[in-house]
Amino acid sequence: MTELSLNVLDVANNSVRAMADFIEIFIRIHRESDNLMIIITDNGCGMTGEQLAKVEDPFFTTRTTRGVGLGIPFFKQAAINTGGSFTIESSVGKGTKVTAVFGLSHIDRMPLGDMNSTIYTLITINTHINFLYTYENDGKRFHLDTREFRSILGDVPLDAPQVSAYIKDYLDENQKEVDNGYYV
Amino acid sequence: MKSLEELKAIREKMQGQMGLRSESSDQIRVVVGMATCGIASGARPVLNTLSEAVQAKGLTNVAVTQTGCIGLCQYEPIVEIMEPGKDKVTYVKMTAEKALEVVEHHLIRGQIVKKYTIAEMIG
Repeated sequence: MTELSLNVLDVANNSVRAMADFIEIFIRIHRESDNLMIIITDNGCGMTGEQLAKVEDPFFTTRTTRGVGLGIPFFKQAAINTGGSFTIESSVGKGTKVTAVFGLSHIDRMPLGDMNSTIYTLITINTHINFLYTYENDGKRFHLDTREFRSILGDVPLDAPQVSAYIKDYLDENQKEVDNGYYV
Repeated sequence: MKSLEELKAIREKMQGQMGLRSESSDQIRVVVGMATCGIASGARPVLNTLSEAVQAKGLTNVAVTQTGCIGLCQYEPIVEIMEPGKDKVTYVKMTAEKALEVVEHHLIRGQIVKKYTIAEMIG
């Protein structure tokens, strides 16, 4: 992966495959403590203790099309390489929470990259799932909650052209207001 | 901050225009591989370009969706086009630019862009 936002897309796709109907993505940039925190939480099928123990092993996967599963190992390694940490909590029937903490100024930290594109892709392709995205930068934050959008839109779908264009602008404008265009 | 008022205005404008999306039998499915291999090779801009172009061109008979890994990781990003009554077409090593060509030629005019298909790319 070339940017962390792609890892987020990949890990959130695990939540999609786990049949989640609500996925929360939280990004926090905090210069004082020099860290970047990414949390992905879902209410999908969850994992058993046995699966959880194996999920960080690249040679474990539940898929049948290939014998390796690199999504979680890539994300974990990206965090560990920056002196950060990585944890997964999961319980069957309740969901999964992935927390990755990165050393913000560490030379090996990948750029966060185009998070808005990741969120936009997730929302417009998985219109049956609700997303709550929070982006926090040194205490300033904005959020995008598709449940809020849906209550306004009624039966107008999130992938309708005018709506998806609005979502894109909403993300770009609000992020700019929060971080003044200073991308990490 | 961008306001939710704008979203209300969109809703008012669009109400009554809904229900136009067909789920008929001639529906064309465009599927993009979005597993780790696809994403790492650049599937995100390919998927976004496809869904935006399909909407911009008003192709109501085309549905753009994602799938996991189909086991051809070295040829990602992969786009498959499934049209009822026709053979599946698999495009490999796609980019956003190639995706626009596929929309223009394949989805709109029905002409397969042979040079990007798996048969041409791997011989």
